[in-house]
Amino acid sequence: MQPINEMKFEFISRSSNESFARATVAAFISQIDPTISELADIKTAVSEAVTNCIVHAYNNKFGTIYISVKIYENGRVIIKIRDKGCGIENIDKAMEPLFTTGGEERAGLGFAVMQSFMDNIKVISKPNKGTTVTLEKSIIPRIVKNG
Amino acid sequence: MGVKLVSQGEEVIAFINGDIDHHSASDIRKEIDAITEEKWPQLLKLDFSSVQFMDSSGIGLIMGRYKLMQRLGGKLLIVNIPSHIIRLIKLSGLSELGIIKREDETIDATHK
Ligand SMILES: Nc1ncnc2c1ncn2[C@@H]1O[C@H](COP(=O)(O)OP(=O)(O)OP(=O)(O)O)[C@@H](O)[C@H]1O
Ligand SMILES: [Mg+2]
Repeated sequence: MQPINEMKFEFISRSSNESFARATVAAFISQIDPTISELADIKTAVSEAVTNCIVHAYNNKFGTIYISVKIYENGRVIIKIRDKGCGIENIDKAMEPLFTTGGEERAGLGFAVMQSFMDNIKVISKPNKGTTVTLEKSIIPRIVKNG
Repeated sequence: MGVKLVSQGEEVIAFINGDIDHHSASDIRKEIDAITEEKWPQLLKLDFSSVQFMDSSGIGLIMGRYKLMQRLGGKLLIVNIPSHIIRLIKLSGLSELGIIKREDETIDATHK
């Protein structure tokens, strides 16, 4: 199926870009009229994925983060967040709630949040090559929402 | 954006403003820890009423301050959590630590 709309952007893995990234994705998705709560869920999930690129993938060195957003018929939205960083050795383990390699100030909840706030998440990763996180959510059309 | 700190008696209150993400959390953490380690309060209160956005970095921030207060022999309390963050707080399991006070809950007698 072809998307009805699509956008891509990339930026350097500076932490000051975290809010830029989630706001940009949210602004693009706004055109299909999501609720405030749907938009908040998406912003939170994008923030988790982007932060993981900055904190883990590039580990405070600078690299590029790539984001693409596709909007499909029926309000299905697919967001890809990709890095060319260190990759994940064991994805199942990384996705377990509370698992973290990030030390005291990290909760190990990023993947759990993405899982809970989106309809679907897929992670592809290769050590030393990078990681792609695909997030999916269906925005319910207003006509249906209004009953 | 950021944090406003008020120290009164045995309490330190941190009013957190704006977004809590990985970027903002490090400054918020440094400011809270500086005053907390200086004053050694019995109670550290984090007021979340002006938090617009939060991701799991906010959970890490709370857990870190919880451990800090344990080390200092005091208590941590999170107050005025806006409804849009409640789902994240629930998912984190933080509620089980007994440090979360909802707007609609009566004041815990031990912290009057
Ligand atoms: N893009 C990535 N590149 C390399 N490793 C990653 C990436 N994303 C996640 N990881 C690994 O997966 C672990 C779990 O990630 P998750 O986001 O669930 O928790 P966290 O980032 O450690 O903590 P939190 O998100 O709560 O601050 C990380 O600690 C890290 O080891
Ligand atoms: Mg994370």
